[in-house]
Amino acid sequence: MAYTLKVNGQSKTVDVPADTPLLWVLREALDLQGTKFGCGAAQCGACTVHLNGVAIRSCVTPVVSANGKAVTTIEGLSPDGTHPCQIAWQDVDVPQCGYCQAGQIMSAAALLAKKPKPTDKDIDEALNGNLCRCGTYVRIRAAVHKAAELAAAGKPAGSPSGARLGGRE
Amino acid sequence: MDRRLFLKISAIAGGGVALGFVTEEQALAQRGGAMAPPPDVHNYITVAADGTVTITAKNPEVGQGVRNMLPMMIADELDVDWKSVKTVQADYDDSKFVGQSAGGSTATPNNWTPMRQVGAAGRLMFVTAAAQTWNVPAAELSTGSGKVYHKASGKSISYGELAPAVAKLPTPDLAQVKLKDPKDYKIIGVTKPGTEVPKIVTGQPIFAIDVKVPGMLCAVFEKCGVFGGKVASANLDEIKKLPGVKHAFIIDRPDVTEPVIPRDPGLESGVVIVADHYYQAAAARKKLKVTWNEGARASHSSAKYAAKAQEMSKSAPQRTIRKDGDPEGTLKSAAKVVKAQYSYPFIAHAPLEPQNCTAHFQGDKIEIWTNSQTPGGGRRMVSDLLGIPEKNVITHMVRGGGGFGRRLTNDYMVEAAYISKQVNAPVKLIWTREDDMRHDYYRPGGWQNLEAGLDASGKLVAWQNHFISYGEGETFVGSGAMGPTEFPQRFVPNYALHASVQPLAIRTGALRAPSSNAFAFVIQSFIDELAHAAGKDPVAFRLEILESVPAVAAAPAPGAGGRGGGFAPPGMNADRMKGVVKLAAEKSGWGKTKLPKGTGMGIGFHFSHQGYFAEVAQVSVSADNKIKLEKVWVAADVGSHIINPGAADNICQGGIIDGISEMMGQEITIENGKVVQGNFDKHTMLRISEAPPVIEVHYLKSTFNPTGLGEPALPPILPAVANAIFAASGKRLRDLPLKNLGFSWA
Repeated sequence: MAYTLKVNGQSKTVDVPADTPLLWVLREALDLQGTKFGCGAAQCGACTVHLNGVAIRSCVTPVVSANGKAVTTIEGLSPDGTHPCQIAWQDVDVPQCGYCQAGQIMSAAALLAKKPKPTDKDIDEALNGNLCRCGTYVRIRAAVHKAAELAAAGKPAGSPSGARLGGRE
Repeated sequence: MDRRLFLKISAIAGGGVALGFVTEEQALAQRGGAMAPPPDVHNYITVAADGTVTITAKNPEVGQGVRNMLPMMIADELDVDWKSVKTVQADYDDSKFVGQSAGGSTATPNNWTPMRQVGAAGRLMFVTAAAQTWNVPAAELSTGSGKVYHKASGKSISYGELAPAVAKLPTPDLAQVKLKDPKDYKIIGVTKPGTEVPKIVTGQPIFAIDVKVPGMLCAVFEKCGVFGGKVASANLDEIKKLPGVKHAFIIDRPDVTEPVIPRDPGLESGVVIVADHYYQAAAARKKLKVTWNEGARASHSSAKYAAKAQEMSKSAPQRTIRKDGDPEGTLKSAAKVVKAQYSYPFIAHAPLEPQNCTAHFQGDKIEIWTNSQTPGGGRRMVSDLLGIPEKNVITHMVRGGGGFGRRLTNDYMVEAAYISKQVNAPVKLIWTREDDMRHDYYRPGGWQNLEAGLDASGKLVAWQNHFISYGEGETFVGSGAMGPTEFPQRFVPNYALHASVQPLAIRTGALRAPSSNAFAFVIQSFIDELAHAAGKDPVAFRLEILESVPAVAAAPAPGAGGRGGGFAPPGMNADRMKGVVKLAAEKSGWGKTKLPKGTGMGIGFHFSHQGYFAEVAQVSVSADNKIKLEKVWVAADVGSHIINPGAADNICQGGIIDGISEMMGQEITIENGKVVQGNFDKHTMLRISEAPPVIEVHYLKSTFNPTGLGEPALPPILPAVANAIFAASGKRLRDLPLKNLGFSWA
């Protein structure tokens, strides 16, 4: 079956069985590998993407239920990697292994879209479905607050804070 | 002092990491190889005309931060600005590098001297090239920010301009190269954010699971839930007709008949499905029907293990591992005797990136992309299995989504290699989370029956442990040993360690801070019981034990159970441990803070992987056993320098989170020979709402060479929390995980 999704602003048609998890459509059919496989059971949140702006677990979302909808992945969160969360995650130097962080950022971005000034409690609730095996939670909290500050200050893309993006490998 | 220690790689086990340290010479002798040449600067450093310095990180990166840390040491001695540095990951290549593994918190101690030497040698080469270019004595030249300066003439030249000349120079004798005075460090000791973070936050495909090779197929591998089980029959004809499926076949391997399952038994029996895409292979797997010959291990269960352990606990020990003085006699005459049994379960590693590997077999060679922590061991296993020389196993090291010891074993690498050869195409093998959780090398569970005596003054005078583990005869299962120098041996005059073992049906191995992750909980909780029995403050009682080392202590013999720098020689330095205990007490306000009812502080210390850690936890406990971890203080002595302080704090905090995850919710159980838990719903991990809001990390800088942080921060947090729960509620917790005792996070 052919399904049409609006992925990161672009219309994409894929021909896969209806029950194919959105995660694997993204990773294999569309070559967007930033969204990660961790558990296959909506337990870890590594596969978090936005479906019509709502954070969902793509590993348990059949492609049929995303048909005709807008999907945003970590690759499409900003055109140039300067979403406040992407900048804040670098400024706070959150990751250890980094495998969960795309999912953490997608959950955080969905939270900030709804609540521009989240409390610790808001962060805990919104990100509780995202496991970090390395245990970077203290820094994740700090980074979400930082992202909220950056967004409030209206840091434009390419701001000094985000300069590191284009820098070293 | 420059005798470098290397993680011992066991050739017999075929790639697993054995316990303890060996010298570089011993490691090489074991491999049957010649002494590797000393590091060649050209393998580590290249400078482009524009001054960009490319530095190779030789060790596998699984989140521990070596991709930054190793190049930082080189860059500082090379005298370049960090902003001009680009780091690259080495492939596995034993003709160029030594010690390309991630395990045992060894990257820092093993590389502290050689990586700085590489950088300093590189600097000397640029100075030499400049001296030749200007025809002036090298002694008149200085360096800074990637340039060579000649003060007398006022001339300067960039490393980029000198690079073509340097490329022709040989590496000088590293032992003769002068290292910087530490006060002149500009990069070592200054936080440098992860060089791959920009890629991580933009979702670039940098992990092993993201590897793509043209024409690549995807494989899944179904193995028997009972270790060693073989396929009797499978509906392969039906499977082969499913969409996208290219191959489906059975792997039939010889029985593993050893009573103790080898650390890394390599390729196992099972059913392989290979399809164009993973989603097709995974969909086909759901339709797979296999009849298994499960074998004798199907009769094993956790309930039977526990029953047998209790029976053994009541019986005479099978053997005595160590005896000092007269523990039995002293216990009889002691003013007070405390007895307790502690237990801890099997637990899984569960790195977040499921096991996966990409392999491309091409006639007499194979190319592998792996996130292995021991790529050299994996390479050897692949070479043995496929019957091709090791040098024909081209092994790319790709970032791993966590390791924690799971990727010390290379089962998934061997599987991918074998499948690629069978289907004669590049193949990416991906395990499910359930595959991972049910085919792990588990942290072994165990029981410890402790008995200790206090004299009339409340001093610890006797300690006896009947350690119940798994194994056969005198062989313990992987990571299931306790060695003859386990604490508090040598800190108590009358000491006995006895052991009994029973056979086990599952594989076991090293999990972050192996043995220590369980033993610290037992030993430091029991010491807390003794402090209370003695009527002494838990910190004061610990300091008293640490002060009890006889002035002339005979060096304890290294034991079979010596682990990652455990208590075996060079052994724990009691002064360094006292230092961190005092620091943790000071920073936490121990004994000075008035805490509300239902809130308490607990302390634990532990020495592992050459690191000294003491930790204090402040915990509140509600009447219905809901726990809130309010704050944690970490005090660490890992030597003279913290190379990348920001990353170091992050790793220490992660160790704390990991430890309390294990403590509360993690338990692997066996029924009918099979692991019950399959995913994070049953083998839980701490979530953000449960994480302590503040984890303070304090370092006690000492004069010793720097050592690693990946592991030693973890063990003390378990007893610190358990002791804090006791202080808050009066409830002494002796069996993990806490969820089985009715506790949960608030």
